[in-house]
Amino acid sequence: MHEWALAEGILASAIEYAEKNDANEILEVKIVLGELQDVEQEIVEFALEQMKKDTLAESAKFVFEEEPARFKCRNCGAEWGLQESKNELSSEIREDIHFVPEVVHSFMTCPACGSRDFEVVSGRGVYIKEMKVR
Amino acid sequence: MDPRVKGIELKLRDVKRIIPVVSGKGGVGKSLISTTMALVLAKSGYRVGLLDLDFYGASDHVILGLTPEALPEEEKGVLPPEVHGLRFMSIVYYTQNRPLPMRGSEVSNALVELMAITRWDSLDYLIIDMPPGLGEQLLDLLRYIPRGEFLVVSTPSPLSVHVADSLLAVLTEGKHRVLGLVENMGDGTATAKLAEKYGIRVLGSLPYEQELDACIGNVDALLATKFAEAMKKIVKTI
Repeated sequence: MHEWALAEGILASAIEYAEKNDANEILEVKIVLGELQDVEQEIVEFALEQMKKDTLAESAKFVFEEEPARFKCRNCGAEWGLQESKNELSSEIREDIHFVPEVVHSFMTCPACGSRDFEVVSGRGVYIKEMKVR
Repeated sequence: MDPRVKGIELKLRDVKRIIPVVSGKGGVGKSLISTTMALVLAKSGYRVGLLDLDFYGASDHVILGLTPEALPEEEKGVLPPEVHGLRFMSIVYYTQNRPLPMRGSEVSNALVELMAITRWDSLDYLIIDMPPGLGEQLLDLLRYIPRGEFLVVSTPSPLSVHVADSLLAVLTEGKHRVLGLVENMGDGTATAKLAEKYGIRVLGSLPYEQELDACIGNVDALLATKFAEAMKKIVKTI
């Protein structure tokens, strides 16, 4: 599962942040999961729980937040969400996007003008939003 | 905080040497040089990975004769499929042969994502085929993979040498490691002055070969060319 690779990065980044700030313990990590990447929260959570043993994050709580995907066309200014897109994204295409969200530009066009020059305004992928340490 | 950046470091920890193949100017033969170099190293018994970061002009898979159909396997990350003895990763596995227009920040995001999820595991060499120019991919590599040893390609054309000069200025100013220059379609004399200017080696030259295009897609034929023979000599210098 490639979610493991993402979880590995989350944990290593959180630990690095805690160490840089001379913290003894990570209490909480708030992780945002973007709708476009469609990451399975349960797998990320399971991987983090497995990997956190014997680290500064041993007793950390992992909190997840979903962020809806929004797009904005750079050509005509139209804005839309993943569900409203005219293009039908097959499960195969969704899987491609799951690995590298930027390939959405291969499969989606602006529903108003047909341009592929659009911005993923929110909900692209995975990032750490907040952390509590002590 | 972007957790992928740390992921890149982790994914490359067991890779002994990372060689980005760069040129500044397009059309000087980076893809053929990267792919042939990776194949020659693999034939010599090394564990080799090949990463095509030229998102707009991805073509290493064409040289390897690969039509990407299935997605690469996953196991705690993405495992680069084995192609002719190489572990090969490219954006083309995910684009279903469709165009991929992207702006700078998107290119950067795609690069970071690909690097953060690909499990190279243990490798002797990771050869990275870079796009032309001094844009996102180059700047991201300088930032995220500071231990890269750059192999600079130029043809004998003054136009190519001129742009290679700019590229070498960027690399040396930032104190990045430059493995040396390779002169494609020449005899090494056109790039000698440039090498002297930056105190680097000309690792060798590759002859112009009319029949080379006919070998694209056929790895055995490619490895039987004079071009590949010359590459074997270059590989011994690194």
